[in-house]
Amino acid sequence: MTTIITIYGLLALCLGASLAKSRKKTKQAFLIAGKALLKTAPSLLTVLGVVGLTLGILTPETISKLIGSEAGFTATIIAAVIGAITLIPSLVAFPLAGSLLRSGATVMTISAFITTLVMVGVVTAPMEVKALGRKFTLLRNGLSFVAALAIAGIMAVLL
Amino acid sequence: MIDMIRRFKFPIIIAMVLIALAIWLPDTARRSSIVTMDYLKEMILVMPPVFVLMGLMEIWIPKDKIQKWLGGGSGIKGAAIAFALGTLPTGPLYVAFPMAGSLLRKGARISNMVIFLGSWAALKIPQLMVEIKFLGIAFTSLRFVLTLAALGLMGMLMEFLLRLKPDKAWLENTDAGRQPPNKPEI
Repeated sequence: MTTIITIYGLLALCLGASLAKSRKKTKQAFLIAGKALLKTAPSLLTVLGVVGLTLGILTPETISKLIGSEAGFTATIIAAVIGAITLIPSLVAFPLAGSLLRSGATVMTISAFITTLVMVGVVTAPMEVKALGRKFTLLRNGLSFVAALAIAGIMAVLL
Repeated sequence: MIDMIRRFKFPIIIAMVLIALAIWLPDTARRSSIVTMDYLKEMILVMPPVFVLMGLMEIWIPKDKIQKWLGGGSGIKGAAIAFALGTLPTGPLYVAFPMAGSLLRKGARISNMVIFLGSWAALKIPQLMVEIKFLGIAFTSLRFVLTLAALGLMGMLMEFLLRLKPDKAWLENTDAGRQPPNKPEI
């Protein structure tokens, strides 16, 4: 909800300023926006479908079974992979992570899960490739995954 | 027609998988379609204003300003700006991709865009609030610090690797180069 308000508030502000300055340039901006949106539409639809499929299969219950029942390094890797392929809103993800932590999952596992969840987006990769290129996307997601494992390891030692 | 099918081949494949699921695993299919509809609603609300904002940015913000704020010579200040932009409460990561693409074309540094995307993804203020509530302040602050450090390293490494290859050619090769950045200025 805050997202919607922020974005539309920002849009109203910028659009107002733009219209006040030049109608023609504002129209140009809309043309650019429309073209970009059309170009992104197929990858948007792909992302939507894949998000639906992964969350349909990997429900919160399934995830807690997968992460909670294992221990140690295997659990951490599983958690990192699940985090990388799912796209869960933080309002769902953090309570889930919190309850897993209380029910016995290690700090390493949970931090790996959270970090890949937010930083690695396998499902949103098609959109990222469209906007930023294949190499950028592969590098960013690959390095984020490695970084998540490193962060998880350090957090396990420090906490 | 063939062209349309090619452009939409992935959505079509996914639709077929969903249909197959509906036959074999109706429960999973039902859950999947509910999630898809939820996200569809969100995207319909969020994407159009984001793209219009991006269009306004392409038209109004001059290239030299972006270069100055986020470009090669922007140093630690540029990184700080990228970080601050990322932490603002502005929605899911896929919103940031077109923005980052547009900023890159306007001359922002690769390392700054890695920091921008990373803090957008992992260090958003509202998200941190939720994290503190459910995982505690120690967990959250440690993850915050480590993630920030990792982003700095990743940014430098990615910039180095992507510069080894012909400069930014990879960006023009994608569909993101939808129009020459500074042509319609006048």
